[in-house]
Amino acid sequence: MSTNVNHAPLEYQTEHNQMSILGFWIFLAAEVVLFSTLFATYAVLFGRTADAPTPSELFELDIVLVMTFLLLTSSFTCGIAIHQMRHGSNKGLITWMIITLALGLGFLGFEVYEFIHYSHEGATLPSSAYWSSFYVLAGTHGLHVTLGIGWAILLLIQLFKKGITKVTSRKVFIISLYWHFLDVIWIFIFTSVYLIGMVV
Amino acid sequence: MSNQTKRIPTHHIIGFVLSILLTILAAWTTIGSDLSTNWIITIIMLLAVIQAGIQLIMFMHIVEPESKNGHVPWNMMFHGFVTASIVVAGSIFVMVYAF
Amino acid sequence: MNLDEFFVTGEPLIYAGMVSIVLVTSAMIFLLTYFKKWGWLWREWLTTVDHKKIGVMYILSALAMLFRGGVDALMMRVQLAFPDLNFLNAQHYNEIFTTHGTIMIIFMAMPFLIGLMNIIVPLQIGARDFAFPFVNALSFWSFFFGALLFNISFVIGGSPDAGWTSYTPLAGAAMNPGPGQNFYLLGLQLSGIGTLATGINLMVTILKMRAPGMKLFKMPIFSWSTLVTSFIIIFAFPILTVALALMTIDRIFGSQFFTLTGEGLPMMWANLFWMWGHPEVYIVILPAFGIFSEVIATFAKKRIFGYHAMVWSMILIAGLSFLVWVHHFFTMGAGAFVNSVFSVSTMLIAVPTGVKIFNWLGTLYKSKIQFTTPMMWALAFIPSFVIGGVTGVMLGMAAADYQFHNSYFLIAHFHYVLIAGTVFACFAGLEYWYPKMFGHKLNEKLGKLSFWLFVIGFHVTFLPQYFLGLDGMPRRLFDTAPEWFTLNFISTVGAFGMGAGFALFVFNIYYSYRTSQRETTGDSWDGRTLEWATPTPIPHYNFATLPTIRDIDAFVEMKKRNETTYDESKLKPIHMPNNSGQPFIMMALLFMASFALVFEWITLSVIFLVGVLIMMVIRSFDEDDGHHVEVEEIKETERSLRGL
Ligand code: HEM
Ligand SMILES: [Cu+2]
Repeated sequence: MSTNVNHAPLEYQTEHNQMSILGFWIFLAAEVVLFSTLFATYAVLFGRTADAPTPSELFELDIVLVMTFLLLTSSFTCGIAIHQMRHGSNKGLITWMIITLALGLGFLGFEVYEFIHYSHEGATLPSSAYWSSFYVLAGTHGLHVTLGIGWAILLLIQLFKKGITKVTSRKVFIISLYWHFLDVIWIFIFTSVYLIGMVV
Repeated sequence: MSNQTKRIPTHHIIGFVLSILLTILAAWTTIGSDLSTNWIITIIMLLAVIQAGIQLIMFMHIVEPESKNGHVPWNMMFHGFVTASIVVAGSIFVMVYAF
Repeated sequence: MNLDEFFVTGEPLIYAGMVSIVLVTSAMIFLLTYFKKWGWLWREWLTTVDHKKIGVMYILSALAMLFRGGVDALMMRVQLAFPDLNFLNAQHYNEIFTTHGTIMIIFMAMPFLIGLMNIIVPLQIGARDFAFPFVNALSFWSFFFGALLFNISFVIGGSPDAGWTSYTPLAGAAMNPGPGQNFYLLGLQLSGIGTLATGINLMVTILKMRAPGMKLFKMPIFSWSTLVTSFIIIFAFPILTVALALMTIDRIFGSQFFTLTGEGLPMMWANLFWMWGHPEVYIVILPAFGIFSEVIATFAKKRIFGYHAMVWSMILIAGLSFLVWVHHFFTMGAGAFVNSVFSVSTMLIAVPTGVKIFNWLGTLYKSKIQFTTPMMWALAFIPSFVIGGVTGVMLGMAAADYQFHNSYFLIAHFHYVLIAGTVFACFAGLEYWYPKMFGHKLNEKLGKLSFWLFVIGFHVTFLPQYFLGLDGMPRRLFDTAPEWFTLNFISTVGAFGMGAGFALFVFNIYYSYRTSQRETTGDSWDGRTLEWATPTPIPHYNFATLPTIRDIDAFVEMKKRNETTYDESKLKPIHMPNNSGQPFIMMALLFMASFALVFEWITLSVIFLVGVLIMMVIRSFDEDDGHHVEVEEIKETERSLRGL
């Protein structure tokens, strides 16, 4: 069942690879709806802080901007990793992937710090409807990033062992889609949670 | 695809620079400008949508003929975003606006 | 925790349930051991990735669930037959209507239809399996263990009792402590994962694996309905996933989404639930429409009337199904404007639905109808479903709905659409494709008898309920009043008619297995679509070769040209996936993690979750690439099947 499409990047070269990538795109479309449900809940519960502090009292732009730049940069380096892969450079691919993961870890570190900071200020998951929705929305994104890092490490091991093959290139391409997608979601969290939370 | 044959990933660099600029612009609109809240929200949401588009097109190769997947990826993503708008706007309409 | 808190105690009916579970399980273990069938069970079924076998397992499980949900229903009807009957107490009644509704929609209707899709869609489009056979097995086991988790609640821990809609605050931790509600949340979550995966899998299969020449608009209607349904699944199920997760976090980790404290908003649950819930009812009706279209075209011996209108109306219904959810809670009081908007969108859905009705009638018009049992179901469907649809439009009028809402009128409405639509279609589909699956037809005499029992029983059960509703009888009532006695009694009599019809249907499976003539041609009904072009039993690779498809009724065209799916000159080795035990093990571990979470044993749950992650790592490093079926083997198989 493998019709070779010459000149196409390796990850598109078998029908099975094409189908896997297509399936993952459809999965991402479902993820869009999944996150949108969390955004909807957040929006509806906005302002329902009960006795807990309000977001505008707690949110600080500088730390959120740092997180955003970390994630944006990691999305960029992940793109470079794919670029390297398409040029057949396993070393380049691995290097840029590791940089991507390091940036991702940095992002997570700040997020954990941020959560701990807020809860010290009296805003925890059970504090109020608003804070529940905040933690679950940001936390679901953070959980995705964590899973992405674990997944990428598995793929790095496979790249070390086998180099760039039809199989590994497909897997790496798919995780790059996932990683960029998490950046897309973060852009909306940054905008509609943090920025709007600071002005309203 | 053009960026596949080139050594320098121009697409990615342009995308990266644009997204940094858009982020800064959004942050400035929020704190630096003295627009009304409604305008701020409209503008920064618009900036977010543009930035998401940049990620999808410049980084995620959503339209690559070699994928042999035709229009399906962007078609499904488009419908995903349409459903997302229904879910978010619909919830606000029903649960907040009405009261 | 004491053992008597763990097991449900004090209910004679539930003790009887426990005894029968123990008996059936030991009987099964004994039989498997005695006939040395454990290896067979593992090799042929538990590890299979073959879409046909997975489909059979779906259908068998769905029939078991239909039985369980049916017993629940009969118990409710007994309790309601006479006023002040103390057959069930209020608590037990609440538990039973909750499990009945949840099981019928999530664990009966959907798996039944997905089972038929599993078997038929690859055959109809000329594919050798799903796009991702491994994921397909994963989906099945996720459904299976989700259903298991939900069902054991009645002997372990106690059943959920807040209705299949599970409205907060009633379903929240404050008013509903204990594991019952957690069973609902985690059982649905577990099976929901599989449903989403199936949606993606079917969509990729249909988009990428069609036979040469089969453009989308040359695809049989059932495959079209599957594609549209997958689309709805992909966009609706994530909403349920999140809603369930939020309530789980509310109950177990103390967040305040749907609570009365901390400024939570209980009606937000209703909003999220129905944003999934309304598309869900179309997930279970569109495939039914697809089945009826196939059945009607086959037995009217005509091409389906208005093929394009059929397809476009399904697409329109799918789109609209995301825009009407508020009609389930007009009485929340979101205001005249909001209610009007959703009133209008609701009534709009009736338009494409009406188009389909007229197309079926158009197909039947001036045709020579062959009255087989599947066709009888289809013919009974049309008028019955119209009654359900018309009363739906009545409910869609917001102002009137303040009267109808949560009365037996509503109950009658959705049973008219779900039974006359989905259940009739499941029976019709199973009987229609039965010879393809098992190599012999179901007995027509018994089939018709069970049809008449079921259909008459159905109308006798549910038609009176419209009038009960108009007389003011509310739903979810465990005790009736004397003024509603007559209609309630009639309704109960009808319910036993349906029960008898179902029993006969199941008996017919056994009876036909013993007596029916075996199929030799593979084309049992003079079929029109590609699935009938395969020999029976279907070789595990489905198609040796595929001709170019030129027409919607591909097989009619093939028969004219004397083409088959076996062209010796075009044979090539066929790549097929290998069996794998991983899906079963992975989902069994996830089941245990969910079970632990039901009882809020967090550490144990995390341990099992780590097990699931380890299984995923193993999968990631798995290099199993399947095997090839060699040309010689194909030749041998096809020659013996085709008697060449
Ligand atoms: C002509 C198309 C239809 C219209 C206009 C319609 C309208 C409605 C409305 C307005 C309600 C809410 C009534 C209330 O709660 O007071 C309702 C409930 C319901 N409908 Fe329909 N409906 C249609 C078709 C269907 C179909 C095809 C199905 C499923 C196969 C279905 C399944 C249900 C279910 C399960 C409920 C009740 C859920 C519950 O409250 O437990 N409906 N329908
Ligand atoms: Cu509805």
